[in-house]
Amino acid sequence: MRTILLPMSEETRKSLKAGEAVKLSGTVYTARDAAHARMLSDCEKGRSLPFPIENAAIYYVGPTPAKPGQAIGSAGPTTSSRMDRYTPELLDMGLRVMIGKGRRSEAVKESIVKNSAVYFVACGGAGALLSHSIIEAEPVAYPDLLAEAVVKLTVKDFPCFVGIDTDGNDIYEMED
Amino acid sequence: MREMNVSRIEAAVKQACREMAVYCSEDILKRLKQARDVEKDERSITAVEMLVENARIAEAEQIPLCQDTGMVTAYVHIGQEVHLIGGSLREAVMRGVSEGYTENYLRASVVRDPVFDRTNTRDNTPAVLYCDITEGEEVRIELTAKGFGSENMSRIAMLKPAEGLEGVRQFILDTIHRAGPNACPPMIVGVGIGGTFDQSAVMAKHALLRNLDEENPDENYRALETELEEKANEMGIGPMGLGGRTTVLRILIEHAPTHIAGLPCAVNICCHACRHREVIL
Repeated sequence: MRTILLPMSEETRKSLKAGEAVKLSGTVYTARDAAHARMLSDCEKGRSLPFPIENAAIYYVGPTPAKPGQAIGSAGPTTSSRMDRYTPELLDMGLRVMIGKGRRSEAVKESIVKNSAVYFVACGGAGALLSHSIIEAEPVAYPDLLAEAVVKLTVKDFPCFVGIDTDGNDIYEMED
Repeated sequence: MREMNVSRIEAAVKQACREMAVYCSEDILKRLKQARDVEKDERSITAVEMLVENARIAEAEQIPLCQDTGMVTAYVHIGQEVHLIGGSLREAVMRGVSEGYTENYLRASVVRDPVFDRTNTRDNTPAVLYCDITEGEEVRIELTAKGFGSENMSRIAMLKPAEGLEGVRQFILDTIHRAGPNACPPMIVGVGIGGTFDQSAVMAKHALLRNLDEENPDENYRALETELEEKANEMGIGPMGLGGRTTVLRILIEHAPTHIAGLPCAVNICCHACRHREVIL
């Protein structure tokens, strides 16, 4: 199984094929519904995004609060399709990697192909297990959103599958 | 007449909130382990193994199985010989949820208003509370904390009586098919058939409280559950939606008398983190 370092080059992204099991290591930012809405409304108002979006990775997750001694609480993926309406715009701004679970819209798939981006799927419901692959969590923005705040995560050997590759192939539409 | 202080209900709710977030119940875990032996594809096996390992880690480290620790629904059945003292029952339940979530590092996932003010209430309240009066002098509390990945894939249909059993079958299977990978399969599917529009949805959620090993007491519905489980598991959705045999761990049906003009059918999809607890005081 390949370990992929984040951020990754376009060449690496293009080498990934839907269905491949990989481990991710490096920097990802958490963002889900409320954070997406706020980021894009900030953009409209001419404010900058809370983190550098160029070649960035977003993990769709709203973790439980960390217990003392933990970097983060349980932290599995949330359903990605709720972010579909915001995603093409973020991809056009430079977002290149998304981690979540479940299907994406056709518009997102087209944007993934256009921008040579990659969508990874992690195991839904495995929040306790996945928390072991997150070694650091540093608050970045929107603390009032609590579990929906933007947090910079350092992940190590985070297990997932390539969900949609740069050619638009989809893990959920593969023949067995 | 038996007097009971509502503080006992508060304490029971608080403890149940923590336990159901952390422990995967035996009936579910047993089926996940069986799925590991049934699956053939490497990816599907990996997914099931992760869920089994996830349950082990959650219990060992006393952390939630899933980051979505749900929105609480409490069913409080109060014996008519019980006199509740010490304050408001509703407030006691809400305090139990609030303390259960904030003191045990569970996620606060409730917003104040669905449309006009989506501000987090910070303590996962309010919970949905159903009360009824039963015979006897016990208070029985059933608690569930449903995650919304699967809740969002749930549906309700007001079928025509002429659509009958076939209509019911199709609607349930279609709902499972649409839920697909979004609902964190393998799923547990609660179904409510009959009653009114609202009652069918209440039954569908309540069905999820049943132990998976427990058979439906009604012969017709027992057969329907089995038939639909087999059909759902032939869809090829599989663990994590990556293909395979294990799409549902169980389909659980509740039913009720209905109107001559109607055939309500509600399907409440739940992921394998089907949290529920029952406490008798």
